[in-house]
Amino acid sequence: MNLDLLPLALADGFSYAGLLFLVALGLTLIFGVMGILNVAHGAMYAFGGYAAASLVQAIVNRGGEVPSVVLVLALFVAAIVVGVVLGCLLEIGLLRRVQDKDPVLQLLITFGAFLILDDVQLLIWGGTPYSASEITGRLGTIELFGATFTAYQLVFIPLVALLAYGTLQYFLRYTRVGRQVVAVTHNAEVATALGIHAKRIRLVTFIVGAILGALGGALSVPNTSLVPGVGTDMIVLSFSVVATAGLGQITGALIAALMIGMARSLAVYTFPEFEVVVPYLIMVLVLLIRPYGLFTVAQARKI
Amino acid sequence: MELVRTENLYLAFGAIVVADNINFSLQEGERLAVIGANGAGKTTFINIVTGYLRARSGRIFFSGTDVTKMPPRGIVHLGLGRSFQLPQLFLEHTVRQCLELAAVGRIGSLPLLKPLSASVDQSEIDHTLEVTGLATRGEEMASALGEGERKLLDVAMALVLRPKLLIMDEPTSGVASEEKHGIMETIMGALAERKVTSWFVEHDVDVVTRHATRVAAWISGRIAADGKPEQVFAEPEIRRQVLGTH
Amino acid sequence: MIAGILSVIGAAICLVFGLIFPWMKVPIIVGLCYGLAALGVAVLMRAGQVSFGHAMYSCIAGYTVAFFARAYPALDGLLLVAAGVVAAVVAGAIIGLFVVRYREIFFGMLNLALSMVLYSVLGKFYEITGGTDGLRLERPPFAGFHFDRSGYETALLVTALLASLVLGALVQRYFGSAAGEALAGIKTNETRLEYLGMSARRILWSGYMISAALCGLAGALVVLLQGLVTPELGYWVRSGEFVFIAILGGSAHALGAFIGAVVFQVIQLVGTMLLAGTWKMLLGATLILVILVAPTGITGVLPIKRWGKSREPKISLQPIAGER
Repeated sequence: MNLDLLPLALADGFSYAGLLFLVALGLTLIFGVMGILNVAHGAMYAFGGYAAASLVQAIVNRGGEVPSVVLVLALFVAAIVVGVVLGCLLEIGLLRRVQDKDPVLQLLITFGAFLILDDVQLLIWGGTPYSASEITGRLGTIELFGATFTAYQLVFIPLVALLAYGTLQYFLRYTRVGRQVVAVTHNAEVATALGIHAKRIRLVTFIVGAILGALGGALSVPNTSLVPGVGTDMIVLSFSVVATAGLGQITGALIAALMIGMARSLAVYTFPEFEVVVPYLIMVLVLLIRPYGLFTVAQARKI
Repeated sequence: MELVRTENLYLAFGAIVVADNINFSLQEGERLAVIGANGAGKTTFINIVTGYLRARSGRIFFSGTDVTKMPPRGIVHLGLGRSFQLPQLFLEHTVRQCLELAAVGRIGSLPLLKPLSASVDQSEIDHTLEVTGLATRGEEMASALGEGERKLLDVAMALVLRPKLLIMDEPTSGVASEEKHGIMETIMGALAERKVTSWFVEHDVDVVTRHATRVAAWISGRIAADGKPEQVFAEPEIRRQVLGTH
Repeated sequence: MIAGILSVIGAAICLVFGLIFPWMKVPIIVGLCYGLAALGVAVLMRAGQVSFGHAMYSCIAGYTVAFFARAYPALDGLLLVAAGVVAAVVAGAIIGLFVVRYREIFFGMLNLALSMVLYSVLGKFYEITGGTDGLRLERPPFAGFHFDRSGYETALLVTALLASLVLGALVQRYFGSAAGEALAGIKTNETRLEYLGMSARRILWSGYMISAALCGLAGALVVLLQGLVTPELGYWVRSGEFVFIAILGGSAHALGAFIGAVVFQVIQLVGTMLLAGTWKMLLGATLILVILVAPTGITGVLPIKRWGKSREPKISLQPIAGER
């Protein structure tokens, strides 16, 4: 690889990792609190992206001078709306009914939901690619190490990712509701006995997780075009991050996302055929050495 | 013949020493009762000796063979049978099938096409059901059994292995008090019939006095007293720390 | 006995319909292949483990068939199938050595990851694997005959029916055997198996190879039928479909996988008629319905107590209240 390309690769990886982290964060949060591996998370990503693209298009098409801030805000608004709507639908309509069932059955029900949502996405937005590249154009470029990056990719996305991480950690550690979330994660039954409204906590957590997934999709739209199948690809990709880190590990997900994002990016610039394989290769290698993920803690005694 | 010997068995979890250089020996024919407060290390010691846990240092011998690094299934084939504090049953199989699985486990080969029931000696299974008082429950699902019956099934499965030594972890705990003695009588009767050496963890002093030839008392990961029941129960330290009396 | 009679009747119906309505041959064969693959997944479900990557064995077998058919066009179709199955079993044996150390969600995820590695590699190395376009193969001779398209499909139909009947019966016998019941013991109490002198890993490994063989057979037949193999055969959604069918049919009896496959094919047909490109919605809705209403699947719910000669307890995927 041409060493001149290294900064480009690293920046690329950094940005990609940021997106990956947002999606994986939502997934791992939901698993941590509810014990469910949500296959429909891929649909959150897709819906968030498509909704964001549509909203931006709609705003731009109204004509006139639209400040960049509004367009960027539109991404967030779309993500939040998608997260709340789909999150409520899924949690209240479906997941509540399988709260006590076998984890595999819970997973399969989210798979069923994913199949439905995937087709709904086709019905709403069809097969034409969607994007919102106006935004990247507006935010301009940055010159670094002799290479040109879009500010969106280099600064904005990683910033959002880190902000999300920081906010969540603060929330979980220092706010009352956050601590309740942690309590429900560790032992829902005991938490309920202590007066914590576990049902409400689960709903809120699921919605937050859904929003994060949708945000990943929304933020990806200025950079890439959305086509049918993004959700399907993204779900296994975010699985690889979550599994590598360890289910429910938040900081772990950040590190794993960086690892995988960087590795993939380096692959693009060195051995492009391996770009798609890299995340799964890493997941396999990590799981072979540490079956519960890199950062999981020990298990209690059984007999 | 010496069935079990440990030399300087040591294991700690962080700051807690669960097995403190234990030197222990068990002879054929003994009926050993192990007593001690919860958390003293009685079950952990069993887990180590049977290969479920790995000790930090020390050696374990079963029937003369060094089994320090052997997994439980290896030691089972040398003559070990075990029942658990929480009965470990196959809850989606019938009582009879549980015993049939134990039988094929002993035989050591698992045919792929011959039905399970045809691969074992049913008369032996019937006999084991008889001596453990489960004769009428053979076709029930293991999950349908009451607490006491589950304990009996747990022991029955170990018996089918035709072990030289049967280790029982609290065989009467969780069982209604009126059933306790009956269950213990049944089990010890079955063991006597087959000349099986027994090692059981027990909290009930009466049960111990009735059935044990030897008592070992555990305190904080070590054997604090070891000898005849009357001797051990007379020791002041044991009376205070383990029995809670003076 | 009942299951045996039902199976033979079902097979006869399939054959008759296939001969009377030639257009039905392809969907029936595909359905049988789905059944075989789901049976493979069901074998592992008996041990309480769900693999989300078993389509990789169909894929491995399929590409093996394609490679050999393109390199040696005179090779008989039956030999190609055998080659495909062997490749799948060998892969299953090697991968199984690692994978049987894992349980539950981690077992599922590791299988998924491996299948995605395969999928990604197959899609990228265009020179060797044809990339996302896949590989085409010409219709090979079958059982010594050079059939035309119609005869070829009939031959494949007969093969698929025979394979399903024989393997279904064998797997059902396996379920009731010492190895099969020990496999079921893994689901409820591995510790106990260990303390009865058995190696849970070794038992699971045998089951894993059997499941790989079944998925491989399905893949080989489908590729021979379609004359084409693409990486999509190994995609995670395909593995999910196998799991779906296994759950739908239930793992209480080997026939379940085929019942599930029939229902799956019907849903696909009806869905395509009603909803065209978005028929998967119907699939998703059915899956949700099944899990909410009858998680033990069709064979777990139908009140036929004696499905076979052995005393078959009802196998449920739901933990019995309080137990884990």
